[in-house]
Amino acid sequence: MRWGVIVFPGSCDDQDVFDALKRDMGQKVKSLWHKDDLVGHFDCLVLPGGFSYGDYLRCGAMARFSPIMRGVVEFARQGGLVLGICNGFQILCEAGLLPGALVRNAGLQFVCQPVMLRVEETDTPFTCEAKKGQLLKIPIKHGDGCYYADAATLERLRKNHQILFRYADAKGRVSPSANPNGSLDNIAGVCNEARNVFGLMPHPEDACNKLLGSEDGRKIFSSIEAACAQREHRHA
Amino acid sequence: MRVKIFVSLKSGVLDPQGKAIERSLHTLGYNEVQDVRMGKYLEFTVEAVSQEAADSRVREMCEKLLANPVIEDYRFEIEE
Repeated sequence: MRWGVIVFPGSCDDQDVFDALKRDMGQKVKSLWHKDDLVGHFDCLVLPGGFSYGDYLRCGAMARFSPIMRGVVEFARQGGLVLGICNGFQILCEAGLLPGALVRNAGLQFVCQPVMLRVEETDTPFTCEAKKGQLLKIPIKHGDGCYYADAATLERLRKNHQILFRYADAKGRVSPSANPNGSLDNIAGVCNEARNVFGLMPHPEDACNKLLGSEDGRKIFSSIEAACAQREHRHA
Repeated sequence: MRVKIFVSLKSGVLDPQGKAIERSLHTLGYNEVQDVRMGKYLEFTVEAVSQEAADSRVREMCEKLLANPVIEDYRFEIEE
């Protein structure tokens, strides 16, 4: 399968995603500059973390108007897999590809630490290799990661099983004390209704190698790989 | 024409910055202060044939970029 990693001005985790996919996961990856049109065949596009456009105005507000985003929206509309990590999640929300928004952490501080994520749904291309209730240890590093959606949207997310990860403690309990940023309902990641666009604040690319303290991030990338293999099999 | 735009967080959205500012004001003895909400203020000049034309363009700018309707409200003033 072919991965594309989009580089915006101010992205700083694009190389981490590139390395995790290429070196740790043995995948074919291409970097894509935000000013270019989206050309070529890709199975999954990744919008990486960082501070696109310096986080000016609102996180992700300006990156969503980068030229490549027209292609990303069309790619998603046709069912292509899109993964937004951290700032990438913020961009996908700003672009309207994912519901809700990410605002300043409740504690106001930039948080950089490993967290436990509880897998809430497994019938998606992003979590199909995981088990429901499984805990993944993956780091977060953000100042604006507090997930917000209005009551009606939150209800819809629950009903449609679009909440894929919640912040939990080491025993898998979803509690206020396990919530690192004040996110509504401990939400760490959500997908769209069609289940082909997914955004999360934690960084799976920083948890793909034992040297980094965890390999749990591989679960997300290997799920995507498995889902794409299955898609190809179906189309063959 | 000179445009002044005020962007504020919707009432249900957490505003930890507003809370921190409120606490600081209380520390300074301004205990009468309540419900601090922090927002953004933008100012710019536009060319338009009429106030109405400017109004509809500025509204568009707010909806598309300057405010995020999921979390923010906005209002603006246009002066000749």
